[in-house]
Amino acid sequence: MQTIVAYVQNKPGVLNRVASLTRRLAINIDSLTVGPTENVEIARMTICAHTDERGALRLEASLEKLVDVLLAENISDRPMLERDLALIKVAADQQNRPHLMELIKVFRGRVVDVAPESLIVEVSGTVDKIDGLLEVLRPFGVLEMARTGRIAMTRGNDLLRPPAETPAPEATAK
Amino acid sequence: MKLTGAEILCETLTRLGVKHIFGYPGGAILPVYDALGKSKLHHILVRHEQGATHMADGYARATGGVGVAMATSGPGATNMVTGIATAMLDSSPVVCITGQVSSKLLGTDAFQEVDITGITMPITKHNVVISKVEDIARTVREAFIIANSGRPGPVLVDITKDAQQATAEFDWEASAPKLPVKRQRNNHDQEEFDRAVELLNSAKRPVILAGRGIILSGAMRAFEQFVHTSNIPVAMTLLGIGCFPASDPLNLGMMGMHGEAWVNNAIQEADLLIAVGMRFDDRVTGDLRVYARNAKKIHIEVDRAEINKNVKVDAAIIGDAGETLAALLPHIHERDHSAWMTHITSSKGDSAVRDIQSLPDSGHLYAAHVINDLWKVTQGNSIVVTDVGQHQMWEAQYYHHNAPRTLITSGGLGTMGFALPAAIGAKMARPDAEVWVVVGDGGFQMTMCELATIVQEKINIKIAIINNGYLGMVRQWQEFFYDKRYVATPLVAPNFAALANSFGIRGECVTARKDVIPTIESARKSEQTVLIDFRVEQEDSVYPMVAAGAALNDMIRRPNNPLVETATEP
Repeated sequence: MQTIVAYVQNKPGVLNRVASLTRRLAINIDSLTVGPTENVEIARMTICAHTDERGALRLEASLEKLVDVLLAENISDRPMLERDLALIKVAADQQNRPHLMELIKVFRGRVVDVAPESLIVEVSGTVDKIDGLLEVLRPFGVLEMARTGRIAMTRGNDLLRPPAETPAPEATAK
Repeated sequence: MKLTGAEILCETLTRLGVKHIFGYPGGAILPVYDALGKSKLHHILVRHEQGATHMADGYARATGGVGVAMATSGPGATNMVTGIATAMLDSSPVVCITGQVSSKLLGTDAFQEVDITGITMPITKHNVVISKVEDIARTVREAFIIANSGRPGPVLVDITKDAQQATAEFDWEASAPKLPVKRQRNNHDQEEFDRAVELLNSAKRPVILAGRGIILSGAMRAFEQFVHTSNIPVAMTLLGIGCFPASDPLNLGMMGMHGEAWVNNAIQEADLLIAVGMRFDDRVTGDLRVYARNAKKIHIEVDRAEINKNVKVDAAIIGDAGETLAALLPHIHERDHSAWMTHITSSKGDSAVRDIQSLPDSGHLYAAHVINDLWKVTQGNSIVVTDVGQHQMWEAQYYHHNAPRTLITSGGLGTMGFALPAAIGAKMARPDAEVWVVVGDGGFQMTMCELATIVQEKINIKIAIINNGYLGMVRQWQEFFYDKRYVATPLVAPNFAALANSFGIRGECVTARKDVIPTIESARKSEQTVLIDFRVEQEDSVYPMVAAGAALNDMIRRPNNPLVETATEP
């Protein structure tokens, strides 16, 4: 699994271009998240792809060839944080609810909705942590699940910022 | 000054230096055509939009400038797809302008509406829909920059009809390009650079692999200096032909599937490959697992995405070919590779000494004869535009190009039907140049409607049809790999000379060797287009041949028959 962070123009069609590129390179995407940045004109993507280092390099370089991609960087081998968020609806009744709550607490999940026959857990963290909680909840009956997909950020002084403005020279037909 | 979107487009194109537009009108682009009529732009009416894109492509390849093609929405735009993909695969700077239905109709399946930006996304360098008149000038200026910067490629600009009709203030300064600001990578890696220098200065059996990137970069002089300083022999890719004179003793010739045997053998025996502006396409490497196994590899390439894509290299220098070669030059020691050259040349012997001209003229007409004669008569000074297939490979083998942009051919996509329209584009770009189309009878029939364009525009090109009555290259594969089961390759053709006549073009038919040179000479004297139908040996094959997926040195050689594998100086 390789993690690539990209800054892109925040405008229609860009996601399509990125998705189209991964399809063309025959790289399977595990998760792709897009969200705004502090600059409204720029969005940030985290792409988690099933590929090796060479594939990731090709994806990264090919992404940067897209006009609307300002920067793409493979951060898989760098110290970084990865977060995924999940909402999990689990079957729960009077009897097992206390036990369930205990388990959720261990995973630092939060119960955000309680109904007579189910509850919804909100949990964020690494993929492994969420997968772990899911395993534990499965015997109770997972009714529904929604996950955001991963977002990632390099640690400390390793800053990944969108590039600053500089004008481009003009070409002519001849 | 208030102008309509259509007028703004024409004014913008004019200011960008555009002189010719290859196109075909229709409903959704009609406002632009109305404005074109009032402009100084020369519009060439094609007979099919595929032709328009190939013409723009040929125009771009002949000059290095941007070629412009235009079409209406829907079928007009979809007919451009093959031409766009052709330009994409060969990194050709083409700007395609298509009309689109009015913005309020977008997404309603309106008459002649098609999502052409969606369709062309993977085969353009960039594409964009313009639905506001205010965006036209800026976006078109941006399209020109994108098309012809870095690694060039096609850009499609789709303009809605209402944007063409609406009016806006036209202000050149205010419409300056505003491309997204991208991270400027510092591609210079001193470690890689130093390693490349060390490899270059210590190699004993080096070979340079020269590609189209050298021509695109305009790096011919830097390349020549580099070669003559390092004394390293040069192998060419198909699209690299012309970047280094064929007459230079260090130029070995073309590599790859139909490359010269000694070139492929030299690559396989090399201890260092220096790839410049080429991308290790499967047609030049053969089986990657056994490709140049003893060679270290240096890759000089402008497109970072090409590094380590097909072949893992030992030193990669990302950057413009000319700049990189100039930077390397002072570090390169003058070296003597004469022993290595002698070794390569000795293996050249067995095929090259059998000179094509010393053959008895048995009356048979071979494509190799025709092309070799064409080379001799034109003294290698013509622009030759080829299609794809056997004739294309024979041209690459028997016509020796000394100057860049004198061979125009569809390499990456291998597009049949490319040659005739691309030659029209090349001639519009280089009216002073002699332009020959070398095309098969199959490919010619795909776009021969453009003969009418030639007549309407009074264009003077020469067309040599290498007519063997087969889809020759496919037939060759059937002969070699499918037990001569010639399914769907025998090809009925019209009487091409008579067909030309019906368009008002002089047509000739040549069936004997003795008539080749006189007919070519007579055609060259004409101020008008002449078509020559060369009826050549039907079941001739291109040799040598590396079967798809075979090792590069595992070549099918020509059986001992009267024809030779290559030609030498006349």
